[in-house]
Amino acid sequence: MVMEIVCPAGTPAALRAAVKAGAHTVYCGFADETNARNFPGLNFSREEMREGVAFAHGHGAKVLVAINTFPRAGGEALWHRAVADAEQAGADAVILADLGLLANTARQHPGLRCHLSVQAAAANADMINFYGRELGVKRVVLPRVLSVPEIAAINAETEVETEVFVFGGLCVMAEGRCAMSSWATGKSPNMNGVCSPASHVEYHDQGGVLDARLGGYTIHRVGAGESAPYPTLCKGVFRAGDAEGHLFEDAVSLNAEHLIPQLKKAGVTALKIEGRQRSRAYVAQVVRNFRAAVDALEAGQPMPEGMLARLSEGQATTTGAYKKTWR
Amino acid sequence: MELTVGPNQFFWPADRWAAFYTDLETAPVNRVVLGELVCSKRLPFFQDRIPEAVAGLAAAGKAVSLTSLALITLPRERKATASLLRAGAELGADVEINDLTALAYLPEGQRFAVGPLVNVYNESTLGWLAERGAARVCLPPELPLASVATLARAGEGLGVAIEVWGHGRVPLAISGRCYHARLHKRTKDNCQFACEDDPDGLTVRTLDDEPFLAMNGVQTLSSGYASAVYQVEALRDVGVAALRLSPQSTDFGVLATIYRQRLDGTLDADAAASAIAALDPAKELADGFLTGERGAAWSGAATRTA
Repeated sequence: MVMEIVCPAGTPAALRAAVKAGAHTVYCGFADETNARNFPGLNFSREEMREGVAFAHGHGAKVLVAINTFPRAGGEALWHRAVADAEQAGADAVILADLGLLANTARQHPGLRCHLSVQAAAANADMINFYGRELGVKRVVLPRVLSVPEIAAINAETEVETEVFVFGGLCVMAEGRCAMSSWATGKSPNMNGVCSPASHVEYHDQGGVLDARLGGYTIHRVGAGESAPYPTLCKGVFRAGDAEGHLFEDAVSLNAEHLIPQLKKAGVTALKIEGRQRSRAYVAQVVRNFRAAVDALEAGQPMPEGMLARLSEGQATTTGAYKKTWR
Repeated sequence: MELTVGPNQFFWPADRWAAFYTDLETAPVNRVVLGELVCSKRLPFFQDRIPEAVAGLAAAGKAVSLTSLALITLPRERKATASLLRAGAELGADVEINDLTALAYLPEGQRFAVGPLVNVYNESTLGWLAERGAARVCLPPELPLASVATLARAGEGLGVAIEVWGHGRVPLAISGRCYHARLHKRTKDNCQFACEDDPDGLTVRTLDDEPFLAMNGVQTLSSGYASAVYQVEALRDVGVAALRLSPQSTDFGVLATIYRQRLDGTLDADAAASAIAALDPAKELADGFLTGERGAAWSGAATRTA
């Protein structure tokens, strides 16, 4: 079967662009803290979700609704409502991370298909099978800590479908288990659906030297004329002992296009593209390229070469944990 | 309220590791969680010392738990998780899970504890774990006091004791990548145990040389040491059962005594904060996850500079 391309849609326009460009599946979220891309100006109202699902279904594509932050103690109703509304909008599945929310969804919405978000960081077959058996999870988005052979080993031991990230922003930490952002800013992926939020970023020009600060911590410094990157915490420049540099990760993004054949061989069902904050033009371009790649693979034709170089221009790319030496 | 000593997050030589637990036998703490949390490569160096440490602590009247690893990916890590549960049964220690993988091996109905690296953010998750046999849950350090209060009250109804991160560098992230190895330009498989050089983690500074984070192999911690001395009454009022103290290489017995006195009411918050700061003025303190605008904030900042 052809590998499923799962594309981000931060807006209804991006959803339509992704579907028209050939996305098999689109994922999106409601405009609140229930999803892990809770950025200003992004995401869907209830009505937009209904219309988006109808549009996608009309074109033979599926819609997944990410409700993948961890519900707040005392405020769980907001997340329960999101699941109910996703089902009502006709979503093909919800993407969840929280144990309690999964259990609640299995009880209250037995007909609704559940995928396990990368935020749950299920990194081995025991845990994945546990989610499948106990909570009815049908697909797991694998955390970005696994190599391709490890992914193959997982697929050999589970009936739960696997989906892996192939392009876009890259967490270097196990997702859903990182509180670095809230240490510095008070806002975290798990609780607020944001990481290194723009509201806490400041740039300071001091005699031609430009500092980028997050929560008051200086984690980038460039000279006059150099472009200042966005100060994402784990990709900042730090000092330890006598060393100074990108101690956690370089300013890179993930591009695993060359690994698509290996990932298929490893038994992966779906390829996920990161970037609900990206423009519809970007999304359409990435979708077209990945769709061409999986179609070529299915037809036994060679992979299109370097198809995404343009989109990553000016930024280094990595295959991340898929190659063991990354560790 | 009781005091629990969490698992040592760092890599210490076996003799130092064993001596730490011998010292704890006479420390004013109620419960000790031990074993390897962060990196499976460290475990063989002190694994054979665990039974003696457990026996000594149990004889001294402490409740003892064995921790699971925080991130389980490799086949040998899965085997270690399975054998952890057997070892716990043999040694008479219960098991603290810090990765849900351990649940897959726990027989239904067996009681267990849940560590701070499992995401327990709300009542539904707490209830689900309680139904599975969780008797004790140390909440994620990121949670604000309002969430702690809701969960502690829910825990009372469920018969689950709720613990809160009381002291120590805060575990902020776990990764597939080893940052100590990366710093030394080595791969994880050939790390040569660089993390052993930093018995409390290696401080990571900003470009202004401000202490910010700490690396510890595949784990990233805060540079600052969390301390809940200013929240003791608030935590007790909502029914929190215990504070968790995280092992550090110096002054741990003194720290335990300070916290015991603070819980007993013989030290007030300012006095406890001053006593802790006096042990090592270079260690910044923080309590922002509980009551501040961000994790690194500290209620006692004004009194420290005064």
